[in-house]
Amino acid sequence: MSTQNVLFDAPGPKARARHLVLTVVGGLIVAGIAAAVLWKFNEQGQLEGPMWRSLFTADVWTQYLLPGLWATIKAAAISIVGAMIFGIIFGTGRLSHVAPIRWFCGVVVEFFRAVPVLLMMYFLFSWFAVQAFFDAQYYPIAATVIALTLYNGSVIAELVRSGVFGLPKGQREAGLSVGLTRSQSLRSIELPQALTAMLPALVSQLVVVLKDSALGSALPYIELLSQVKNVGTAYGNVIPAYILGAALFILLNYALTFIAGRIERRINKRGKTAGGTVAAPLPGTTAEDPTT
Amino acid sequence: MNARRIGAIAATAALALGLSACGSSDDGGDAGSGGDSGKKLKIGIKFDQPGLGLKKGTDVTGFDVDIAKYVAKELGTSEANIEWVQAPSPQRETLIETGQVDLIFATYSITDARKEKVTFAGPYFIAGQDLLVRADDASITGPDSLTGKKLCSVKGSTSAQKVKDKYPGVQLQEFATYSECLPALSTGGVDALTTDDTILAGYAAQAEYKGKFKVVGQPFSEERYGVGLKKGDTATCNKVNDALKKAFTDGAWQKAIDDNLGPAGYKAGPGNPPTPDACA
Amino acid sequence: MGEILRDYDVLGAFWMTIYLTFFSAIGALVIGTILAVMRVSPVSVLRAAGTAYVNVIRNTPLTLILVFCSLGVLYILEINLADPQSPTSIRDNAIRWAIVGLSVYHAAFVCEALRSGVNTVPLGQAEAARAIGLTFGQSLTQVIMPQAFRGAIAPLGSVLIALTKNTTVASIIGVAEASGLMKEIMENETASFAVFLLFALGFVILTLPTGMLFTWMSQRLAVKR
Repeated sequence: MSTQNVLFDAPGPKARARHLVLTVVGGLIVAGIAAAVLWKFNEQGQLEGPMWRSLFTADVWTQYLLPGLWATIKAAAISIVGAMIFGIIFGTGRLSHVAPIRWFCGVVVEFFRAVPVLLMMYFLFSWFAVQAFFDAQYYPIAATVIALTLYNGSVIAELVRSGVFGLPKGQREAGLSVGLTRSQSLRSIELPQALTAMLPALVSQLVVVLKDSALGSALPYIELLSQVKNVGTAYGNVIPAYILGAALFILLNYALTFIAGRIERRINKRGKTAGGTVAAPLPGTTAEDPTT
Repeated sequence: MNARRIGAIAATAALALGLSACGSSDDGGDAGSGGDSGKKLKIGIKFDQPGLGLKKGTDVTGFDVDIAKYVAKELGTSEANIEWVQAPSPQRETLIETGQVDLIFATYSITDARKEKVTFAGPYFIAGQDLLVRADDASITGPDSLTGKKLCSVKGSTSAQKVKDKYPGVQLQEFATYSECLPALSTGGVDALTTDDTILAGYAAQAEYKGKFKVVGQPFSEERYGVGLKKGDTATCNKVNDALKKAFTDGAWQKAIDDNLGPAGYKAGPGNPPTPDACA
Repeated sequence: MGEILRDYDVLGAFWMTIYLTFFSAIGALVIGTILAVMRVSPVSVLRAAGTAYVNVIRNTPLTLILVFCSLGVLYILEINLADPQSPTSIRDNAIRWAIVGLSVYHAAFVCEALRSGVNTVPLGQAEAARAIGLTFGQSLTQVIMPQAFRGAIAPLGSVLIALTKNTTVASIIGVAEASGLMKEIMENETASFAVFLLFALGFVILTLPTGMLFTWMSQRLAVKR
């Protein structure tokens, strides 16, 4: 927000009055739209008391929403751990001085970054059913988690790569000059710093994983969104249930974004790494990652 | 750095975590295919089909559930020893084949393709694809009055495919679940919801939608609901068939229909109660 | 594979993906630019509204946004984007509402990309603009935004790539695009690796050149400083 304060003068009394008018008019327009929406919802019978009251009964939470929330968090947690492992392996692979390894990792990372997560989920799920490697009850979670791992892992691989690139050259040179090999210097000097710098970006990626896990509901992996649908079916209140589901997702992700910000500030304050934080090492891969 | 190995490791790790997380819900009741007295019986049902198999809170209700309870009792398993397992349509064959369920009562139509993987007892009901319309809508009387109408169904379902193939003059809105069609139907955005008449009657009978919808009652296909069993288990198949025949004659079958689908004014169509096929 | 290409309209499905991407990209760019301007404007209520929009939309799964567009806005609020009497109204409404949903969702990310572009513009540019007496609107449209767009090309490219992939979610409200067709083929035929590769390569072909083009453009159009 470098330009924020210089783009305009501090508003004087006249401008302030104008802004006040604007605020009131804008507020009225928004309120008018909200009223129109509510009026129409009411007319269509979507605001009836029982439809909404049933959302706040103990059964809905203990039987549907909390298990759903847990399933969402479970899938997201496994995926982010898997994605980190995948990302570190392939990210360092792309930095390897052995050309074939570099190429191979590059192709894998670029491929999984280009393929839609939903496409991977559909395929893995159907493919497991054909191959029957393992217990059928795990097909949905396995398809969800593996697809999320592969996509987010390749995003993290790019984070690792740019995190290491972002370090001052002197770090590696110092490592080499005290007699470390290139891979030793990568492992014990560059990677730890790059990973610390990546931490906020990783938490932001967790928001992406959490949101994307909702795609698993198409399989169906019974996570929060599927459970919201089940509530809508069992209690005949599809629309209210979806609205509640959206609110839960927003709250959860907003909390995570908030945590990411805190971690970032903390690392910046500590200022231990040579590279600073990787806020957006590759354009659009972290806070701006617009995957579903 | 081998992609396959890494993928395998990731998969194993994911599964290990998944297994440990889910393990607690498996209480290890190893019911055989027969279900001897006192032993647990794992029965696959739909969890999201009002009137047929619906889990609402901790209760399971529906026509399939009532028939399943009756059959279980005839096989010597009390209601307390039944473990209800969710059996979504695409997973039904695998659940049977891998022994995760002993019996399936989940709007499971008997087809030749499925017979290659599972053995069917029954049928215990003949359903047919039908239409659900607004209670005050008199313009749709059957499949012949559909031209120019808007229908709603679930993406990838056989009902949706049939409408596309047989009634090209009809517009089709496809959603992920039938329950998403209901708000669209009640506001007039679509004119009818189409799938098996039992499923439609289940929605029409649901307390939340009481009086809003009606089933047209002109089925245009035949779906024979069977009980899914492990392939080749003729002994259990015969026992299930005997239990079903008893349910047809002693009124339990009719009661299950009246209790669950009756509020929609639903009457079982022609051919009901059916005669169970010979077990092969 | 030949049979699948003959029996199913794979190209048609990918054409729908391109169609959705093209119009959603335009929509997202327009809404996103308005949001970015709101977020740097002198009116505090506009700034707050822009921030609220980005925070809410960015944290909602796209699946839910599209379901709200279809079920909530089209069927409950009864706002049609196609003549309800026309014989293709369901199909047209689904496609157009999918475009609206995708635009609304990705606008939040376009806004963030543009803001990062604004941040690449040195402070002195804004100060100079003010010093020669340009108003907020003038300095924004003639000095800041032209540079911000050029600085934001790379992140905008990432948004476009993500948008291309995210069109797959439109299958959830019944739009016949590529992922829906792949699911159908896998259910009807078999879940072979070849079918997946066919569709995956389709997306690689769509996104890889986009990425390369935007990288090239971002270097070519970068403001030399």
